[in-house]
Amino acid sequence: MLGPVLETLIGGLMTGVLYSLVALGFVLIFKASGVFNFAQGAMVLFAALSLARLSEFMPLVLAFAFSVLIMIALAYAIEFLVLRHLVNQEGIILFMATLGIAYFLEGFGQTLWGSDIYKIGLGLPTNPIFILESVFPGGLLIDPVELIAAIICAVMVLVLAVFFQVTRVGRALRAVADDHQAAQSVGIPLNQIWLMVWAVSGLVALVAGMMWGAKLGVQFSLSLIALKALPVLILGGLTSIPGAIVGGLIIGAGEKLAEVLLAPVLIRTFDLAGGGIENWFAYVLALAFLLVRPQGLFGERIIERV
Amino acid sequence: MTGKTMSGIRVGIALAGAVAVAAPALAQNEQFIPNLVYRTGAYAPNGVPFANGIADYYRLINERDGGINGVKIVFEECDTGYATDRGVECYERLKGKGPTGAAYVIPLSTGITFALTEKTTVDKIPIISMGYGRSESRDGSVFQWNFPLLGTYWTAADIILQHIAKKEGGFDKLKGKKIALVYHDSPYGKEPIALLQKRAQMHGFETLFLPVTHPGVEQKATWLQIRQNRPDYVLLWGWGVMNSTAIKEAVAVGYPREKMYGVWWSGAEPDVRPAEDGAKGYNSAALQHTAGQFKLHEDLKKYLYDKGLGAAKWEETGEILYVRGLINAMLGVEAIRTAQERFGKKPLTGEQVRWGLENLDISADRIKQLGFEGELRPIKVSCADHEGTRTGRIQTWDGKKWNIASDWLTSDDSVIAPMVKEAAAKYAAEKKLTPGCLVTN
Repeated sequence: MLGPVLETLIGGLMTGVLYSLVALGFVLIFKASGVFNFAQGAMVLFAALSLARLSEFMPLVLAFAFSVLIMIALAYAIEFLVLRHLVNQEGIILFMATLGIAYFLEGFGQTLWGSDIYKIGLGLPTNPIFILESVFPGGLLIDPVELIAAIICAVMVLVLAVFFQVTRVGRALRAVADDHQAAQSVGIPLNQIWLMVWAVSGLVALVAGMMWGAKLGVQFSLSLIALKALPVLILGGLTSIPGAIVGGLIIGAGEKLAEVLLAPVLIRTFDLAGGGIENWFAYVLALAFLLVRPQGLFGERIIERV
Repeated sequence: MTGKTMSGIRVGIALAGAVAVAAPALAQNEQFIPNLVYRTGAYAPNGVPFANGIADYYRLINERDGGINGVKIVFEECDTGYATDRGVECYERLKGKGPTGAAYVIPLSTGITFALTEKTTVDKIPIISMGYGRSESRDGSVFQWNFPLLGTYWTAADIILQHIAKKEGGFDKLKGKKIALVYHDSPYGKEPIALLQKRAQMHGFETLFLPVTHPGVEQKATWLQIRQNRPDYVLLWGWGVMNSTAIKEAVAVGYPREKMYGVWWSGAEPDVRPAEDGAKGYNSAALQHTAGQFKLHEDLKKYLYDKGLGAAKWEETGEILYVRGLINAMLGVEAIRTAQERFGKKPLTGEQVRWGLENLDISADRIKQLGFEGELRPIKVSCADHEGTRTGRIQTWDGKKWNIASDWLTSDDSVIAPMVKEAAAKYAAEKKLTPGCLVTN
């Protein structure tokens, strides 16, 4: 029994890392601009579609470079056409704007690149790795794609943490997040900062899209991966990069263990109609944490002085 | 000209064609057919080729024959995105179009079929759910407006089990075996459960039902359970990205693809290509036809593709879902033709086309004449049998193409017919319907 549980736990943690990759994009934009970017999932799709279609005509490295440029251009377009006109608007207005961007990107991405399933050939090994075969019968299974994603994610978190904490731009980003007007008054160029953060978030979306695309194939469903990131954000907090990672791990492991261990018990005990529970269980788990820590595990507690 | 530009033009032609034929004030000698499609969204890779097949067949009838006995086909697409609410909205918008309203509706979704079943009864418009929909809807005395032509999910599951039993040396050899069903957690995915339970009871094999939530991009937990329970066979009832993800996950947990059997909606090119070599050996039921071009393609080339009127790329016209679209459209057209013999060569109402569907009788000779030889077997529909035929085959993916891997298999009606009768009677009682064959004057 221990073997299957451990295997499910490892599988869940690995999947959780992939959720974190998507959640990171949300956190970056919220942290730096206070905008909950509903378009993050669509950005993942758009980035992956660009990479996959471009790689049909050129080497992957070159396609990646062009995709980076496309994501920067997209960030510029979003800043120039949408955000610039909404400075100092309520958060909900900015959220609604990202909703519009999400639908536009999903539709435009498919119109531009097509709605078939496209391939990103990273040449990753697909055959499973088995560890501890002498301890557990059949060993414990590790998916090599997810293992590599975990490593990439770890590197990315390190880079982002350094960027935010150490660099001048990172400090400016945090200042903008705290108060747009105050940041502007001390000479921080708001437009440039927003452009930068959306571009960085676009790069994160590109990496997430590349990993998910390599795993699933690049197609519309990638934009729905964002739904998997929402409970991660509820749990980890919207402003914490480590929170996105830990949240992803807890949600990933929690939902897999629930599906494998809890669902059969629930169905048997209460004679239920059946059905998968992992999707909604992730939200239940996140809500449970929310009741105890409304700001999320690592989120900043908002204190308002009257 | 690049492939991208070409495909853009093709989409343009498809849309413009649909609108152009539909837009002009709908002349009196035109038969309107709504086309519920999904060219966008999570299921588009599967929806697009099917929609192209349907559009091309209607257009071919117009270009080559001048319509059905001189009655031009006018069709209009509405994108449902495979969402039930949008499907119902599309149906409501299109049902009254044309001089006589919609001839029939093809929902291409079990969920939309379920939602439309009661509406179409009131509107008197038949539903053609070829290879999907409620399995008990083959009973035309209760489901008077539903036509699950060519095979229901109970037929599909039975054909697959027969093939497995044959491999094992007979149904008695299935005793003690474990058969898992990985299914789309929706009305569609749940359809085969009743048949599997029935067969499990009869032959003593164990079942394991594993749901996958829409759209099926995350299946880690499911496949870890497969690895831990080690079933002898896995049946896959997926659609869209769920299929390719399932095959990729099977590779990731080392489950042999040779032991996997998909329903006919889990056995097309978009399902196996993303897994590349990993899909080699994967099997699926074939809804009679398989992939490849055939006689009809000569006409498609001559009348559509050589003139730049085709909806797809020429090299894609032999793909499974495109061919299925052609067959589905052909069955609809033949039903209209059948109804015209009785009601006259003019645009017909849904009620009259329903009669045509219920009296559809396509012989082997007629199949040959229509250019579909080798793609399907004779079909004869009646009030008692809205399925018309329950024969299929098994196909296997060799890494590049689908190959037929079995003889023709016919589902066992001594098992299925009582199930249909019981389920249809239950439905009739719930809806307070009086079963009986519909008379059309």
